[in-house]
Amino acid sequence: MSLQDRLTELRDQGLADIKSADVLKKVNQVKVDLLGKKGPITEVLRGMRDLTPEERPKVGAYANEVRDRLQGAIDERREELEQAAVNKQLVAEKLDVTLPGREVPQGQPHVITQIITELEDLFIGMGYQIVDGDEVEEDYYNFERLNLPKDHPARDMQDTFYITKDVLLRTQTSADQPRSLENHDFSKGPLKVLSPGRVYRRDTDDATHSHQFHQIEGLVVDKHITMADLKGTLTLVANELFGDQFEVRLRPSYFPFTEPSVEADVTCFNCNGKGCAICKQTGWIEVLGAGMVHPHVLEMSGIDPEEYGGFAFGLGPDRFAMLKYGVDDIRNFYLNDVRFLSQFYKKG
Amino acid sequence: MKISYAWLRDYLKLDLPADELAEKIERTAVEVDGVIRPSEGLKKVVVGDVLECVEHPDSDHLHICQVDVGEEDPIQIVCGAPNVAAGEKVIVALPNSWIGDHTKIKRSKMRGVVSNGMLCALDELGFDEKLVPKEVADGIFILPADAKPGEPVFSYIGMDDEIIDMSVTPNRGDMLSMNGTAHELAAIYDQTPTMPTVDLHEATDDLADDDLDVTVEADEQAVPQYKMRLIKNVTVAPSPLWLQIRLWNAGMRPINNVVDATNYILMQYGQPLHAFDYDSLTAGKVNVRFAKAGETLTTLDGEERDLLDSDLLICSNDQPICLAGTMGGLDSEVTDMTTSIALEGAVFDAVKIRKTAHNHNLHSEASMRYERGIDHGATQTALDAAAAMIAELGNGTVANGTVIGRDEDVEPVTVKITLSRINHVLGTELSAETVADIFRRLDFPTTVSTDNEYTVTIPSRRWDIHIPADLIEEVARLYGYDNLPSTLPTGQPTIGKLNETQQIIRDSRKLMESAGLTQAISYSLTTETKARAFALHASDVTKLDFPMSSERTTLRLSLISGLLDDLAYNNARKEHNVALYEEGRVFFSQPEQVRPKEVEHIAGAITGSMVEKTWGTAENPVDFYQIKGIVEGYLKSLALAEPVRYEATTDHPEMHPGRTANIYVGDDLVGFVGQVHPTTAKAYKIRETYVFELDLAALIAAPKAHQQYQPISKFPSITRDVAMLIDDQVSNAAIVALINDKGGAHLQKVQLFDVYNGKNVPTGKKSLAYTLTYQDQNATLVDDDVTKAFEKVLTALTDDLGAEIR
Ligand SMILES: [Zn+2]
Repeated sequence: MSLQDRLTELRDQGLADIKSADVLKKVNQVKVDLLGKKGPITEVLRGMRDLTPEERPKVGAYANEVRDRLQGAIDERREELEQAAVNKQLVAEKLDVTLPGREVPQGQPHVITQIITELEDLFIGMGYQIVDGDEVEEDYYNFERLNLPKDHPARDMQDTFYITKDVLLRTQTSADQPRSLENHDFSKGPLKVLSPGRVYRRDTDDATHSHQFHQIEGLVVDKHITMADLKGTLTLVANELFGDQFEVRLRPSYFPFTEPSVEADVTCFNCNGKGCAICKQTGWIEVLGAGMVHPHVLEMSGIDPEEYGGFAFGLGPDRFAMLKYGVDDIRNFYLNDVRFLSQFYKKG
Repeated sequence: MKISYAWLRDYLKLDLPADELAEKIERTAVEVDGVIRPSEGLKKVVVGDVLECVEHPDSDHLHICQVDVGEEDPIQIVCGAPNVAAGEKVIVALPNSWIGDHTKIKRSKMRGVVSNGMLCALDELGFDEKLVPKEVADGIFILPADAKPGEPVFSYIGMDDEIIDMSVTPNRGDMLSMNGTAHELAAIYDQTPTMPTVDLHEATDDLADDDLDVTVEADEQAVPQYKMRLIKNVTVAPSPLWLQIRLWNAGMRPINNVVDATNYILMQYGQPLHAFDYDSLTAGKVNVRFAKAGETLTTLDGEERDLLDSDLLICSNDQPICLAGTMGGLDSEVTDMTTSIALEGAVFDAVKIRKTAHNHNLHSEASMRYERGIDHGATQTALDAAAAMIAELGNGTVANGTVIGRDEDVEPVTVKITLSRINHVLGTELSAETVADIFRRLDFPTTVSTDNEYTVTIPSRRWDIHIPADLIEEVARLYGYDNLPSTLPTGQPTIGKLNETQQIIRDSRKLMESAGLTQAISYSLTTETKARAFALHASDVTKLDFPMSSERTTLRLSLISGLLDDLAYNNARKEHNVALYEEGRVFFSQPEQVRPKEVEHIAGAITGSMVEKTWGTAENPVDFYQIKGIVEGYLKSLALAEPVRYEATTDHPEMHPGRTANIYVGDDLVGFVGQVHPTTAKAYKIRETYVFELDLAALIAAPKAHQQYQPISKFPSITRDVAMLIDDQVSNAAIVALINDKGGAHLQKVQLFDVYNGKNVPTGKKSLAYTLTYQDQNATLVDDDVTKAFEKVLTALTDDLGAEIR
C-alpha cells in the first residue's frame, strides 16, 4: 500500500471515529490517537525517508492536507458537543421568571411633600428663592406687618393658637415675608420668594378641618409687576398641578395684605367644567388666594409703594392633594396609615 | 347676607335668571354661597278655603274640614291644628303633593275619617323654625282673605322668590344692605337705581327734646354719632304679611311691627337701630358710657352678663339698659304693652363692638355690621325711615326733632389716581374713557385733569375706599378680571436654587426613602408627656396658652414621639410591618425667650419586618443592627469631615438601656439609635420598635470632608485574618480602635467578619474574627513586613484586651 493510500485510509477511518465520538473525552482521545506524536500519521511521515526526492513533497503535502482535515473535523465536533452541553445546561436551568423578585425595601415621599416639591421646582425654574420661616412667630409679623392690626375683623377668618399674647403658631407662611421684604437688596434685582411650610389654625379636626396643614405662599416685588403677571403666574401653577388644558379665572376677594385681592378658580379637573359634585355644579374649583401687595405692607417694610409693587399668592397643598386624588378626609395626611401613604408612589 | 331677588327689583330692572345674577355678583363683587328657592321640591300645595269645620266624633282635638281647593267639589281634610276654623284661607297639601323635608302627602284615614291631604303650618313647608313668627308657630298658617282657592300658595308667602346668599368679605360691609347691593348691581349693569325715599311726618307741637335727654359720656372715637327719635301712641301688633315675608326671606324672624320695622330698615340701609320701650327709661334719660367692672346686665336672651370695662353701654339714669351695638336689655324690651318708643340710631366704633361681641360670644346682625363699619352718612336717614315706618305700622306719631347725643360731620373722601398708574399696576392699556366710565357707573363724582389724573369723590356709602389701590380694585373688577392679559414678570433675571440647607434636607429625604423608610408627617402639637419624650437634649417645652384639646397642647421636642403614635395607629389596624421617617422641626425652649429654637431633625421608626415574608425570603424582623445600618449608610453619604462614633448610653429613659447608642460626630452629640424601652412601647401601644433621631441641623452645619482624588494603588494588597476569644464586655469599637492604633502605616481596612457566642464559647466570652487588609501606595509589600505588623496587633490584643488568639 502506498503511503498516499495509507493516508487516505487513515483519513477516512479518523473522520468516522470523530463523527462517532459522542462526548468531548472521546473526541480528545481520537485526537491523541490520530495526531499524537506516536500516532499513525506521524509514523507515515517518518516513512517518507524512503521516498524519492520527487515523491517526497507530494506525499508531504498530502499528509499535511489529511492532518488539517482531521484537525478541522475534531474542532468542529468539539464545538458541536460543547454547544450541546451548554444547551442541555440552559434547559436544566430554566426558571419561572414570573416569580416575584427579592424585594429591596423602598420608601416614598409623603403626598404633600410631592406637591410642595413639584411647585418648588417650578418656581425655582422661574428664579424664585425658597424661604422657610419659623413656625412659632410673633403676632407682629404674622398679622400686624401683613396689615392685620389687632381687632381687625379679618382676624376672625383665622382662629389662632397663641403661646402668649404676642407669640403664636403661624397661621400663614407669609408671616416670614415682611422679613424677606426688609432684608432684600433691591439694587440686586427683584424679590421673588416662595414659602412652603406647616401652618396652624385653632380648629377642631374633622374631615375637612385640620389644626395643622400646609401652605405655599409666593411673593414677587419689583419696579413693574402687574396683575397680568399674577394671572400668568397662577395659570402656570394650575397647569403644573392639574394639566395645561385647564383655565384659571380670577374673582374679587379680600385679604388685608393685598389690594386688589382675588380668589383664583381652576376649571374643574373632574368634569372639565361641565359641573359635578366636586365643583358643586359650578365647573370651577377654588384653589388659591392672591392679589397685589397692599401699599401698607410695603411701607411697613420700608419700601416705597410709589416705586415698587408686587403680587402675592397662597395655596394649600393639602387641599390640592384632596382635590387631585379624591382624598375625602384631611386627617389622612397626618395619621400616616401606611395603606394611605403607599398609594402615592412617586419619587420626589 | 341673603338678598331677595323680588326686593332687588324695587331698585333695579333685572330680568335675568337668578343664577346668572349670582354668577355676576360672584365674578365682580363678593362670593355667593348659592341661590335659594324656597319652593324648590314642593308640589301641589295650594290655597284652600275652609267652608266647613266640625269636630271629629272620635277625637278631642281633630277637626273635619270641607275645603274649597278650586275644584268643582270641596275636599275633606282632617286637621288637628287648634286654630283651624271655617272661613279661613289655608295652605293645603293636596293628595300626592310634596311638602318640606321631601315628604309626600297621601290620601289617608284619621280615626276612621278620610282625609284628602293636609292643612299646613309654615315649618311643614320647610321654613326654618327660627324664622316662623311666634304667633303662628302653634298652628296652621292663615293666608290673606283675598287668596284664591286652588292657586299655588307660594306667591302668597314669598316662597316664589329667589334668594341670593352672599358671603360678604370683611371689606365690603356696604353690601350688607339692600341699598348697598343695589348700588353695586347698578354699577355692574350700568343702571340708575331707584332708591327708597323717606316720608316722615313729625308732630308739630310735640318736641322730642322735651321728653328725651341723651348724653354721651364715651369718647368720640367710641361713639361718633348717637341720636334718638321718639314715637308715641304706638300699637304693637304683628306686622303685615308683606313685611314678614321680606324679613323671613332675609333670614330674620318677624317679631312685632316695631322690631320688624327696625330690622327692615337695618336690612335696607345697613344701619342697626334699637327700639327701647320709652316707659322703661327713668325720666326719659339716656346716657352712653363704658361699663364699670362688676356691673351686670340681663340681655334680651335672658342671660345675665358680667360686663367688662371695654363694653359700651346704653344706660338710663346710669343704669345699664343695653349692650351698645350688640344686644338690648330685657328690661327695656318692646312688648305688646309698649306705647312709646325711644328709637336709637348710632354709630359705634368697630373695634369696641368687636370686642364686646367676642367677649360675650354675642354675634348679632347689628354687631356684625358695626364690626365691618357702617355708612356714617346714612344714620339720620335710616333713623327717620324707621321712625316713619313704626308710626305708620303702629298708628303712632313721631315727635318733632331728633335728640342728638352726638353728631359728626361726614366729609366725603377724595382719592387721586392717574390713568398710567392704573395701567401700570393692572398690566392693561385701558383708555381714559373706559376708566372714567367705570367711575361713572359706580356713581363716584370724578374730575379728570389734562394729564389724565382722576380726582374721585367717594360717597360715604363706600367707606372701604380710601387709597389709590382701592380704586384700582374697583376698576379691575368692573373692567373684568377675565379681560386682563396673562403674562409673566419681566425685569432683571434672578437665579433660583435651593440653598445648601434645603438641598441637604431634600437629599436626606431621598436617602431615607432609598433605605426603605416612607415619609410621615405627624402632628407637631401633642400632649406634654409625649412632647418631652425622646428629647435629644434636656429642654423645657413650649405650651399653647389656650389649647383646643388636651391631646394637642405642647410643641414636640422629638420626632420619634409622633412616629410612635403613627406606628400605634398602624398596629391598631393590623399593619405590623411599618418603616417610617419624618423630617421636620422640634422646638427647644430658650432661656428668657417665649419663642423656642426651631431645629430641623430627621428620625425613623421601624417595627416588624422591612421586607415582607415571601417565597425566597424568611420573615426578618428589624433589629438594632438593621436600623443602625440605615443610620450609618445615611451618615456616610453626608461626607462628614469628622469621624462618626456610636457610644452605648443609658441616658434616654424611653430607650432600652442595653440597646441604645448615642451618635457623635467628632465630639458633638448629634443623635441616638436603638430600641424603644419595652415599657415605653407598651405605653404607646406598639410592638418591638427600633428608632433613631438625628439633629439634622447639626449634620448640615458639620464640616464636610474635603474630597480629593486618591490614586488607586497599582500594588497588590495582602490580607491577614485574626480570630479571638475575648471578654463579652469589650466592645467592637475598642478592638477596632486598638487594631487601627497598632496596625502600622500600611493597614488599610479592618473588617469584622464573624461574631459568635454560641456553643464552645465559654460564658462571659465571645468569639470575633476580623480581616486586616494591608497595602502600600508606592511599592509591593513584603510578606515579612506584613507579618511583623500583624503580630504587633496580635500582641496588643492579647496584652491590652486579654484576647485569646485562636
Ligand atoms: Zn366638576
